[in-house]
Amino acid sequence: MPKVKIDGVEIEVPAGITVLQACELAGVEIPRFCYHERLSIAGNCRMCLVEVKPGPPKPQASCALPVADKQEIFTKTPVVQKARNGVMEFLLINHPLDCPICDQGGECDLQDQAMAYGFDRSRYHENKRAVPDKELGPLVKTSMNRCIHCTRCIRFATEVAGVEELGATGRGESMEVTTYVEHALSTELAGNLVDLCPVGALTSKPYAFEARSWELTKTESIDVLDGLGANIRVDTRGAQVMRVLPRLNDDVNEEWISDKTRHAIDGLRHQRLDRPYVRKGGKLVEATWDEAFGAITARLKGMDGAKIAAIAGDQCDAESMVALKDLMTALGSSNIDCRQDGAKLDGPRGSYIFNAGVHGIDSADAILLIGSNPRTESPVLNARIRKRYLHGHHCAIGSIGPAADLTYPVERLGAGPATLRELVDGKLGFFEKLKAARNPLIIVGMGAVAREDGAAVLAMARELAEKLNAVREDWNGFAVLHTTAARVGGLDLGLVPGEGGRDVAGILAGCEKGEIGAVYLLAADEIDTKRLGKAFVIYQGHHGDAGAHRADVILPGAAYTEKPGTYVNTEGRVQLGRRAGYPPGDAREDWAILRALSERLGKTLSYDTLAQVRSRLVSINKAFAAIDQQAPGAWGAFGKAGATTDAPFVAAIANFYMTCPISRASRTMAECMASRAQLMAAE
Amino acid sequence: MLGDKDRIFTNLYGVHDWRLAGARARGAWDNTKALIERGHDAIIDEMKKSGLRGRGGAGFPTGMKWSFMPKEVKDRPHYLVVNADESEPGTCKDRDIMRHDPHLLVEGCLIAGFAMRAHAGYIYVRGEFYNEAQNLIAAIKEAYDAGLLGKNACGSGWDFDLYVHRGAGAYICGEETALLESLEGKKGMPRLKPPFPAGAGLYGCPTTVNNVESIAVAPTILRRGAAWFAGIGRPNNTGTKLFCISGHVNKPCNVEEEMGIPLKELIDRHCGGVRGGWDNLLAVIPGGASVPLLPKSICDTVLMDFDSLRDQKSGLGTAAVIVMDKSTDVVKAIARLSYFYKHESCGQCTPCREGTGWMWRVMERMVTGNARLEEIDALEDVTKQVEGHTICALGDAAAWPIQGLIRHFRPEMERRIRARTEKLAAE
Repeated sequence: MPKVKIDGVEIEVPAGITVLQACELAGVEIPRFCYHERLSIAGNCRMCLVEVKPGPPKPQASCALPVADKQEIFTKTPVVQKARNGVMEFLLINHPLDCPICDQGGECDLQDQAMAYGFDRSRYHENKRAVPDKELGPLVKTSMNRCIHCTRCIRFATEVAGVEELGATGRGESMEVTTYVEHALSTELAGNLVDLCPVGALTSKPYAFEARSWELTKTESIDVLDGLGANIRVDTRGAQVMRVLPRLNDDVNEEWISDKTRHAIDGLRHQRLDRPYVRKGGKLVEATWDEAFGAITARLKGMDGAKIAAIAGDQCDAESMVALKDLMTALGSSNIDCRQDGAKLDGPRGSYIFNAGVHGIDSADAILLIGSNPRTESPVLNARIRKRYLHGHHCAIGSIGPAADLTYPVERLGAGPATLRELVDGKLGFFEKLKAARNPLIIVGMGAVAREDGAAVLAMARELAEKLNAVREDWNGFAVLHTTAARVGGLDLGLVPGEGGRDVAGILAGCEKGEIGAVYLLAADEIDTKRLGKAFVIYQGHHGDAGAHRADVILPGAAYTEKPGTYVNTEGRVQLGRRAGYPPGDAREDWAILRALSERLGKTLSYDTLAQVRSRLVSINKAFAAIDQQAPGAWGAFGKAGATTDAPFVAAIANFYMTCPISRASRTMAECMASRAQLMAAE
Repeated sequence: MLGDKDRIFTNLYGVHDWRLAGARARGAWDNTKALIERGHDAIIDEMKKSGLRGRGGAGFPTGMKWSFMPKEVKDRPHYLVVNADESEPGTCKDRDIMRHDPHLLVEGCLIAGFAMRAHAGYIYVRGEFYNEAQNLIAAIKEAYDAGLLGKNACGSGWDFDLYVHRGAGAYICGEETALLESLEGKKGMPRLKPPFPAGAGLYGCPTTVNNVESIAVAPTILRRGAAWFAGIGRPNNTGTKLFCISGHVNKPCNVEEEMGIPLKELIDRHCGGVRGGWDNLLAVIPGGASVPLLPKSICDTVLMDFDSLRDQKSGLGTAAVIVMDKSTDVVKAIARLSYFYKHESCGQCTPCREGTGWMWRVMERMVTGNARLEEIDALEDVTKQVEGHTICALGDAAAWPIQGLIRHFRPEMERRIRARTEKLAAE
């Protein structure tokens, strides 16, 4: 480990890091614009200059300079101060001083650093440069006069998002960041450009002029719009969610979030259920909680438990799911399911989680995708695979399933179960690549298991994993990629049919035949509601989506930003979402609704507080005790060997931008969809 | 003065045949096999002893540069890259080598490539040099046809391929790492150093980038011996050098001369003197647009080599001597150079991107005196803020001419400002 002296203080630092990183370790702050930990080093802003001995007699860019033993680094000398002041002056001469009308104001790197290195008046008496704004789609607003040419956006688009669509044209002061032929970026990660931009050149279009950063209340929470469980910060003003930003979590989302996570939030303002409804004379009419509970009690009292069924939706917190399960058990029903898409997952924990962990992708050296399109199912996880492709000496990636542009080259082996069979039997060349890999990673998507022969496909995937020795003490390369936030939690809590119980298909079939008299939909909207037949439907949720339209009684619940909730992501990592605001109108927290209803039904649940519900979660599954940890999944026999059909695996998500009641209610997502459609048509 | 017997570029003016037969008659390709048989390290040693300093402008010892290449070829091949992107204003020496004596360069490539254990060489020719590139390509073809290049070049047992790549008209692509970027098909923007090209250059492989003239003189140095070359010029500034003299002289020309020749002798002997006589001289830019100008008082005595000019706070650069007589609007001349650098800045790093435009705009006002006296100091301060803070040397090159102007012609700048102020006051 090299020893360096930073401003006279000696410190030992890991070999191979840069001078800037060494300074950070020593607690010395180095100003920077172009440098970003997760992007390649450009060294072009020249703000991070320091003096280094031994070295040339001029200041060096610390972001690009490797540390060396016995190096002396000076960050506070007059030369360094002068250099930084100079760079700051250069950055400001052509930067419009429009901070009062700039959305970046208050969280702008240039603004902050100008406080430290700027001068209070200008020596520049010429006209400032004017740059035409660029059209980058419905999410990113540009104000290119403000651009300081740090190229972070270009590097992000090229390296992380994997779309080589941003670049710079022109030379010198005529350089412009642009897509050349202006169009929306064809990435699901465009929103991150706004976070990366150190100035106000790229700002959020939907959030334009909505609020100032300092007037927002910040709440650290968890995203539920896909299965990744990205760590987010929810910024609210009053009850309104103004924006969602990523939080740093290297194990999950690094510091990226998808456009849906970030921008579907305007859906939280539309189509909301803010009071109970009861269907009277074929029409839903507004009701009080008392009337709604009364209508339910009237129908359920005395009904045989076997005729009652419950389906939990894709964005439910664990608390509401356990309450639902406990209520159903109390009512004598084992007809309960949390797998709206019919995924054949109900084995030991190891059979339904992303065992390797998202961070495990970083050490995988061959990856097989089965029935999965990670780009639409979890764009951030897809970026992680791309990162592995870029840094892992072009780690081999194969896919069995729908063809798709995943932003990295994929060897497409085939479309369906037959190909998987051949692979398992070692008949395909790719088998050797997997076999040769130290850490093979098998990613099973919902497209592979949410089908009739899902159990057989799952069994084949398990066979492959075991054959490749991918499940070991030090590595578990069997990874299920869920598309929904509630699924793993539901499976962890056993929201699958009990003995003699019906699964979703069974429930729907039962409804059609009249064998099921009442169905409790806990924010479940992804089923074919036409098949609910004449059953009495109770819908508890936050949006007037498919389920609510069919409901006989509507109980208004809370969306993910409006309640404290526990979510388990695709890795099996238990994470806590926090309340950023209160649900609208009469809507309530979901577990509390179920608790109140249970009392009316005479089957009072045993918990009265959130803490009690959470200890109930732990009593069912120990995994819930370890918050933010990925509890290891037990391995065992799962799946069911059997015949498979010839049907190819179908992508689990047809339309990335609209996958849940929130995103379907979002106008921003509708704009994104239209913009993407336009882009596709243009190609 | 350099005698004819000591000239390396014997067809500089194109009066003889530039093709293979002509070149051979002048001594090129004479037993190149024997030169190669001396071995890699012997060639590099001889180059070191000759004291040859890079002819592209910076004057880095060529032999030492070659010796930075790894001693053995490991998993990555070595490359020789020749910088023929001659774009420094006032410079036209490489151009004449390529069109009138291309075989000197081609043979030099083989020897340099062999010395640094490269099997492939690339010559990056300035885009505007269409005819020059054609001659070079023809010369390379002749060399291939004669077995002088390609497999077992010159019967030496060394395989060497040589390619010509034409640039697209950017001054910055003459910076060695920007040239490599451009050669790789990317936007010509200088790379951060370290790593230096000898460690990771073209396609990340060990690479040496040399100027055309540095490579073209190598075969002659080896044939005639390092001692001969080192015996010409002054210590640490040895050998012969192509000077390109332009501007207000009676006969502008390219000429090969001894290093360290007095500037006055160079102009008087080869160019028929300054237009209107030596006393009509105002200033000289001694080494291409990038170096600070020298007023007549210094020109009277200064010697034309790296160290003498450095001592005068200027530089030999590419040895492109731009002569300005007293009819010159010297502020306007430097303002024009500032426009050039503003136009050619790649835009990658802040001080150069923003600073070149700023400096040019102020210079334009200085031409008419439309400024305040303090702004001269501010301008000088801005040049200091650019100089030494950029990724490549273009920032320095943009700053130096202005620094030279302020150093030597500040009274003239002040006079213009005062004159304009007085005129405005009078109105």
